[in-house]
Amino acid sequence: MPVNSVSMVVNGQTVEKEVSTKTLLVTFLRESLGLTGTHIGCDTSQCGACNVHVNGKCVKSCTILAVQVDGSDVVTIEGVANDGELNPMQEAFKSNHALQCGFCTPGMVMTALQLAKQNSSPNEKDIRKYLEGNFCRCTGYHNIVKAISEGTKAINSS
Amino acid sequence: MYEFEYARASSVNDALSKYQSASDPSYIAGGHTLLPTMKQRLASPSHLIDISKLEDLKGIKIEDEELFIGAATTHEEVADSEIISASLPGLSDLAEGIGDPQVRARGTIGGSLANNDPAADYPAALIALDGTIQTNNREIPSNDFFVDLFETALEDGELITCVKFKIPNKSKYVKFPNPASRYAIVGVMFAEFNENKRIAVTGAGPCAFRANNIETAIAEGKEIPTLNYENFNSDIHASAEYRSHLIGVMTKRAIKLAY
Repeated sequence: MPVNSVSMVVNGQTVEKEVSTKTLLVTFLRESLGLTGTHIGCDTSQCGACNVHVNGKCVKSCTILAVQVDGSDVVTIEGVANDGELNPMQEAFKSNHALQCGFCTPGMVMTALQLAKQNSSPNEKDIRKYLEGNFCRCTGYHNIVKAISEGTKAINSS
Repeated sequence: MYEFEYARASSVNDALSKYQSASDPSYIAGGHTLLPTMKQRLASPSHLIDISKLEDLKGIKIEDEELFIGAATTHEEVADSEIISASLPGLSDLAEGIGDPQVRARGTIGGSLANNDPAADYPAALIALDGTIQTNNREIPSNDFFVDLFETALEDGELITCVKFKIPNKSKYVKFPNPASRYAIVGVMFAEFNENKRIAVTGAGPCAFRANNIETAIAEGKEIPTLNYENFNSDIHASAEYRSHLIGVMTKRAIKLAY
């Protein structure tokens, strides 16, 4: 089994591991690092449950090999809170009841954080368009959109 | 996925030499077509040669009134480029409509063209904008590049380095997207140059093509003709006849929105 060594920074910690070349980033995060907040939904780069940030860009970790991320900076849902204090986006999801089963939530939050970096006051249309790559099968999206609107404002005003 | 060896190329020459020395290799950039294909075991390369970090394959510039886009440039970089939105906004819109934000952050223009998916967006742009594919050893005009379903004029191991587009006076890409994948059920790229108006269609046939009959009708001010759909794609998303109908609708929309 071809194995490569990889070194990357995950949520601020340097990680060095041996991985099989065919290991997906999401599998590496979940199984090698125990970071199970990143979910595997569709495994076909459509649903966004596996979204994480690689070098500041939100990407689908089910469609990247861990070896491709060698040398990169990775942030997962476990890395967005600050010393046990929820990130304003997480707080907005909580206070707006923007989840039911919660399976899509980590990916939703990672996408929302990327949007907050690009647009400090997105309107409803902007948010819905930006959620093209994230599926939620419970909520009907309304509260997610509200949460992202509020979270984006909170992040950009702090 | 089957097992494979993985290595990063340090230069275009290094990528070519790694390719030559492997038994059944494949280049990988964004991997947003290749990895899903490998997951389904429809592809099983022995080696993946990663070209995504090669600076020689990146960048966007205008020279001699042509737009140059490096092969490893992502859809997001094309969509966000001020050079492109100022010179060729039709191409910015096209890139902005591919997949979703996370897919656009990884997928590349070179990968899309080399794969030649019948429903990909970029092939229509390459044809309508009279583009050229620059590879490691030659230039291939758009007319010769797309051969058939998933088949291009690229030879084994040949690597796209850059894509060139002529800059039209006006252009617009309109597609009827599959609601799940955002791939084009039918997509039409319209481009107006000084001497002529060009129409290219993706999604309808085995690969993108130039719609000469429609161009002639437009030039003569006639009604847009319905194309013969005998060889068009027919699947659960749309019949061949419906795709043929959509070409007319998308063409009219593209022309209307271009002005």
